[in-house]
Amino acid sequence: MSANQSTQNTPASTTDYVMTPQSQTLSVLVENKPGVLTRVTALFSRRAYNISSLAVGPTEHPEISRITVVVDVDQRRLEQITKQLNKLVNVLKIVQLDARQTVQRELILIKVTADNSSRTSVLEIVQMFRAKVVDAAADSVTIEATGTQDKLSALLGMLESFGVREIVKSGEVAIGRGGRAITDRSLLG
Amino acid sequence: MNGQQMTGAQALVESLKHAGAEVVFGLPGGCILPTYDPLMDAEDIRHILVRHEQGAGHAASGYAHATGKVGVCLATSGPGATNLITAIADAQMDSIPLVAITGQVGSQFIGTDAFQEADIVGMTMPVTKHNFLVSDADEIPKVIKQAFHIASTGRPGAVLVDVTKDAQQGMTQFVWPEGLDLPGYRPDPRPHSKQIREAVSLLLEAKRPVFLLGGGVLRGRASEEVGELIDVSGAPFVTTLMARGALPDSHPNHLGMPGMHGAVSAVSALQRSDLIVNIGARFDDRVTGVLESFAPGAKVVHADIDPAEISKNREAQVPIVGQAAEVARAMTAELRERLAEDDPRDYEAWWNTMSMLRDNYPLGWTETEDGFTAPQKVISRIGAISGPDSIFVAGVGQHQMWSSQFIKYEHPCTWINSGGLGTMGYSVPAAMGAKVGQPDKVVWSIDGDGCFQMTNQELATCVINDIPIKVAIINNSSLGMVRQWQNLFYDQRYSNTDLNTGHGTRRIPDFVKLADAYGAVGLRCERDEDIDATIAQAMEINDRPVIVDFTVSADAMVWPMVPAGVSNDEIQIAQGMSPEWERDI
Repeated sequence: MSANQSTQNTPASTTDYVMTPQSQTLSVLVENKPGVLTRVTALFSRRAYNISSLAVGPTEHPEISRITVVVDVDQRRLEQITKQLNKLVNVLKIVQLDARQTVQRELILIKVTADNSSRTSVLEIVQMFRAKVVDAAADSVTIEATGTQDKLSALLGMLESFGVREIVKSGEVAIGRGGRAITDRSLLG
Repeated sequence: MNGQQMTGAQALVESLKHAGAEVVFGLPGGCILPTYDPLMDAEDIRHILVRHEQGAGHAASGYAHATGKVGVCLATSGPGATNLITAIADAQMDSIPLVAITGQVGSQFIGTDAFQEADIVGMTMPVTKHNFLVSDADEIPKVIKQAFHIASTGRPGAVLVDVTKDAQQGMTQFVWPEGLDLPGYRPDPRPHSKQIREAVSLLLEAKRPVFLLGGGVLRGRASEEVGELIDVSGAPFVTTLMARGALPDSHPNHLGMPGMHGAVSAVSALQRSDLIVNIGARFDDRVTGVLESFAPGAKVVHADIDPAEISKNREAQVPIVGQAAEVARAMTAELRERLAEDDPRDYEAWWNTMSMLRDNYPLGWTETEDGFTAPQKVISRIGAISGPDSIFVAGVGQHQMWSSQFIKYEHPCTWINSGGLGTMGYSVPAAMGAKVGQPDKVVWSIDGDGCFQMTNQELATCVINDIPIKVAIINNSSLGMVRQWQNLFYDQRYSNTDLNTGHGTRRIPDFVKLADAYGAVGLRCERDEDIDATIAQAMEINDRPVIVDFTVSADAMVWPMVPAGVSNDEIQIAQGMSPEWERDI
């Protein structure tokens, strides 16, 4: 509408932080209300933060939902994301999960070509990865596997040569190791 | 009223009273009709019928700016609601407490593309602090209470409440809730004493400190506390566009406004400082210029009520999360204590440099080459004649920058403008809102000929509701700031910036006739020698709005200027002219 528009939009690059982007997992506890997921994801998109993975589900408290977000960012950006998320009125708590102290899982379903000549080899791989076959047809099997992203990529890599027809993957879910729960404290005031 | 059976609409009106709303700017339509019925009988609430919903939003914002109270606007569903969006985004960007209430189609119609249905909650999610969809009459009081609380606490902002028609029509037992039930909202962080101590240590060690004051000082009503901190510290300060008037311009430590069109002294102070104490400013790109070259030698203390602003653009060595007043009070106490033990401050050399820059490069303008009036002169005279107790409300563009530069602000909340979003058309409706909030003050809308044509329909609202604002149209017959950029950066190719309202044109529209058509007084001033008399004449008229068409030169430019995309060190005081740093420092 006028010339008062931003013509440069360079992100800051100051020194003190580790600037290499790495995969970070955030557990975001939110009020279980309509539209809250939209608020969270819309915040990511309008502030230009990329989400690598997202999973949403209920918690042991019916009023609280848990969103697990994986982002590929440096420490400074992560701090900004956390602060911005905290400003959302429906966000109750954000915990950054340390990969070493966390159990992380994704689920994948893979439909792979498997006829009489290749089925045995495919099943060997299924066993090797402690995956399982959940559906079979004359020329294909559907495999279900859970694990970390690395494990699932490895499985997918092994199956590729047989002909992967279709895959579907869940977002990552993660939970801290040990007895403590992040939903322990009274979050609803 | 508590415990009484009533409709959701009555509960909505009752809730507005409980929340302290005295004025509502709005325009009715189908889905908000149920609420307009009880509103007609609500004697404690003054409803002002606007001519366009955007006007309602900006008026509410101007009202909030001028009073510190929550501004309230009301509109119907669909286009009524979408027309509010610009004003909502504007208020949110400038941290203005605003509650926008919209009607929504009946809940059974939501999602069917019903007549005048718009997903206004979805649309305003990115431009509000929070928003609500209410489809149950019982929820209305609680949500209104939450909306006012969220809008006015912490970092203030815009909140939208969308109420379905069936919620307004349904019956409920009115109960104004005791609590708030907002478990995820914690708006009042306390400044950390360790951070306060560190900030004061840096201030005492610094050789070239400067306070950067932002809109947070005004929103946090912290002028007194921040003033005391500066007086005790003895360091210079600068006031951003949003903080003009937070401390008096006449304060001896004031170096002016920083930024793209800031004073040489203010821009240089930040660039050369070894410590910036930022209170309530957000290192906006218009202040920093190219971020990498902004204040390269400075450590940063950043105090803000919103932790997300700290280290967002410029990394802070000492982050302080808290209310501006509380931070300033704590810093002053700590500073006094430390100074009583030992005073290591050595700002003398710094003050010598800064005083010299302030003296050598005062804000000013050159006479125009076409012989027409210099717009800066008009604005400067309005400020001088009307005086610092008046409220000045600008639109966006050249006239806004000149109003910020050439009017002397001595009191908080006497300067109102659209800083963050930069909304052309802000001035007239915002001035209307400011005048409603401060009826005893002289309120000047300083507007451009482009801006004025975006929202001048609210003159009808002003005339009919006895809101006698004064409008100075700084008429340079063009979209002046855009034209300035075309002059400087696009080889003087003036693509689509000529508005044909000024000297030597057909004057479409004729602003004097337009004022007359609205039942306001229209005056025109085309010569330097008439400026003072015309302003005096406008000052005399207090029973109606008065619109003055100050027809000025189209070639005047806003200086100083830091061109976009370069370091603040490249500040120019006139076209192609930089300060002579080597000589001066």
